[in-house]
Amino acid sequence: MIIADRKPLAELLDMIQDCDRILIIGCKGCVTVCNVGGAKEAGILASALKIARKKEGRPLEVDERTLERQCDPEYIEQVKNEVGDYDAVISMACGVGPQFLSRAYPEQRFFPAVNTTSFGGAVQHGVWEERCAGCGQCVIHYFGGMCPIARCSKSLLNGPCGGSAGGKCEISKDVDCIWDMIVRKKTEQGRLEDLLDVKPPKSWDTARDGGPRRSVREELVQ
Amino acid sequence: MSNLKSGSNLEKVLKAGHFAFTGECGPPKGANVEHLKEKVAHLKGVVDAVNVTDNQTAVVRMSSWAAGTIMLQEGVEPNFQMVCRDRNRLAMMSDILGVSAMGIRNMLCLSGDHQRFGNHPQSKNVYDIDSMQLIALVKKMRDEGLFLNDEEIDVPPRLFIGAAANPFAEPHEFRPHRLAKKVEAGADFIQTQCIYNMERFRGFMKRVVDMGIHEKCSILAGVTPMKSVGMAKYMGKMVPGMDVPDELIQRLQGAGKGKVAEEGIRFALEQIQEFQEMEGVAGVHLMAIEWEHRVPEIAERAGMLPRPRV
Repeated sequence: MIIADRKPLAELLDMIQDCDRILIIGCKGCVTVCNVGGAKEAGILASALKIARKKEGRPLEVDERTLERQCDPEYIEQVKNEVGDYDAVISMACGVGPQFLSRAYPEQRFFPAVNTTSFGGAVQHGVWEERCAGCGQCVIHYFGGMCPIARCSKSLLNGPCGGSAGGKCEISKDVDCIWDMIVRKKTEQGRLEDLLDVKPPKSWDTARDGGPRRSVREELVQ
Repeated sequence: MSNLKSGSNLEKVLKAGHFAFTGECGPPKGANVEHLKEKVAHLKGVVDAVNVTDNQTAVVRMSSWAAGTIMLQEGVEPNFQMVCRDRNRLAMMSDILGVSAMGIRNMLCLSGDHQRFGNHPQSKNVYDIDSMQLIALVKKMRDEGLFLNDEEIDVPPRLFIGAAANPFAEPHEFRPHRLAKKVEAGADFIQTQCIYNMERFRGFMKRVVDMGIHEKCSILAGVTPMKSVGMAKYMGKMVPGMDVPDELIQRLQGAGKGKVAEEGIRFALEQIQEFQEMEGVAGVHLMAIEWEHRVPEIAERAGMLPRPRV
């Protein structure tokens, strides 16, 4: 799923400082699963903004709404009758949500409530980690089911570099060295020879470097 | 001499069977040419080639190719370093052609320290290709006369290809294999990370020799004399992939006030002595960090002078 972190309250207050009435739109997709932008978090943010503004002596009126998803015009349309009633709208979705909303309602201003970080999953309750960099040409099967592009700080295809120590990456003791894990797994499997050939340079033309990506399923296009 | 790959002094010294001795010089944090010339002057005639670092530890400095050409003018052979952090494949290939055109004949291919360590941690990193692929790229350009996309090069570069190896990084068991990969990719010579744990290095070299890797490339052992106890502790704790045994720290501490640097040099001299006799080691790479003026003395005491003329 897409992982995101909530922006600091001060940043959000700054975005809406000229507003008296706002709408917060949550999303029931990925951001609900990573506990950052669902109905519950929309409620918490609404309370926090109201309390902060009350302290400033400028009360803020806040309504909440949570959509099935914000990456589909079908659901975006569900707020068409109310979106114009506010000074601004805060979207709790990943970076996709406020863009779909902005496109559908050009007169309104939409502010992002979260910083979208990565594609990944939960490794323990309350902790999410990056697993995929969306490079457009999956190669994890060469590396014991682990992605060095997303998970090595240098995206090395022929690691590990000289900074690997104690199973950790040179950039931080909080970051696992994925190449250490790849080598150990291949060694345990008796498949170390898989890592002995030089992997050639990767083509990044399917990644963001090749320009914005578009996926088309011909059978579904009308 | 037509069977030489690059015609560099370092290549000739190694080919003639001499024990190589290389040095290192970090370009200035600025356009201070005089300072660079002053540092380089200490190394002239004392080493076979001088590594010119490429924004080492991700701190911005004068570009390694520019500093390398200044070295050439000063009569010192550069070993041009290039890291994968700051350039994509287009910039790499154009700089490879550029340095060759300027007369630089050695090149060391490195991944590069992550920018998190440096003075611009906000920067975007590149890592379009990795150090292994960079080695193969230089070899392809030199030996096949082709760019990465197989287009022909109008006069290929002539470079003696170097790579780094860190016997102390983990997983230890994989390190000889990774070295073998670099040689397979096209490395002509290897310079290792600074060695302090001699026991581990002996074990590493034994495996390298058993695998026959030393017959396919020239391995230069990395030596950095410790200037102080603080430096030894810092390198052991703060520099990733560096192995500084407690015994060495104790030895330096035991040297007494004002004598630590001399003890550090003595340890380095003992190392160089042992490397000269160690199977598979073809030379020493002396990285005297901001201590260039002490290199002539170290070279003299290590019996490395005069350098062979080839």
